[in-house]
Amino acid sequence: MINDLLFDFTVDKATKTVFVTREFAAGLSLVWDAFTKQEILDQWWAPQPWVSKTKFMDFKVGGRRFYAMVGPEGQERWSIQKYTSISPKTNFQFLSAFADKDENPELPGSDWDLNFSEQKGPDSNRVTKVSITIYNESLDRMEKVMDGFKEGMARTMNNLENLLATLSKK
Amino acid sequence: MKVRRDVFQAIADPTRRAILLLIAAQSMTPNSIAEEFHTSRQAVSRHIQILTECELVKQEKKGREIYYHINANKMKEIDKWMEQFKRIFETQFNQLDKILSTIKKQKK
Repeated sequence: MINDLLFDFTVDKATKTVFVTREFAAGLSLVWDAFTKQEILDQWWAPQPWVSKTKFMDFKVGGRRFYAMVGPEGQERWSIQKYTSISPKTNFQFLSAFADKDENPELPGSDWDLNFSEQKGPDSNRVTKVSITIYNESLDRMEKVMDGFKEGMARTMNNLENLLATLSKK
Repeated sequence: MKVRRDVFQAIADPTRRAILLLIAAQSMTPNSIAEEFHTSRQAVSRHIQILTECELVKQEKKGREIYYHINANKMKEIDKWMEQFKRIFETQFNQLDKILSTIKKQKK
């Protein structure tokens, strides 16, 4: 495992934009698939202990991905991503919005722009760089993203605490 | 109804960001702040009120004048929150690292 992979995260509060850059130890095709194919996406898109479950995904311009982040206690938070631009293995863009379980989006959402490029290196050691720009119409919305996960993680920690307490009594 | 006030609401507005920048350099009276803007004094004072409610701005009385200055501790909350947002990405990407390496091994 290569540990010196780049990870850069900056926030421009004035323009309400988040910039994320990350390198991955894999070739361009594989990294592109990991971001654009439902079966791979669902394996990593949600931060643990949350799980991503895609109901449908139609990866083409105008197509949509409708998915839920499922929390440790089964709570579902639905989102819709609508693809607005796709240049295979180079770039894709989508509009992301929270939704209810009936696919009704909750606006405003955020605009995502993802760029992919393979860095030059020996074939056995291929590195692909992904640069993501996320524009949020409302910072309040970003806060909502955070709050949801904080709640989930706090609950998991509580469960763990209870479990440890029970175990230590035995 | 109690209106929810937080730092993010405070910095969501360009005028309020400008006010924060102004008083970050030096504490100022409401009048001197208002002079820097083309909008009405009332509008500026409303923005100051929101900033005060969000605790980003503190007031201090000096003689007969009220001076506003920035509350640096509260500003740090924004950074802390951004830090958590960053950690979510970190978690996701570490998960992706593992999956990429699994897929690569399967292909060999």
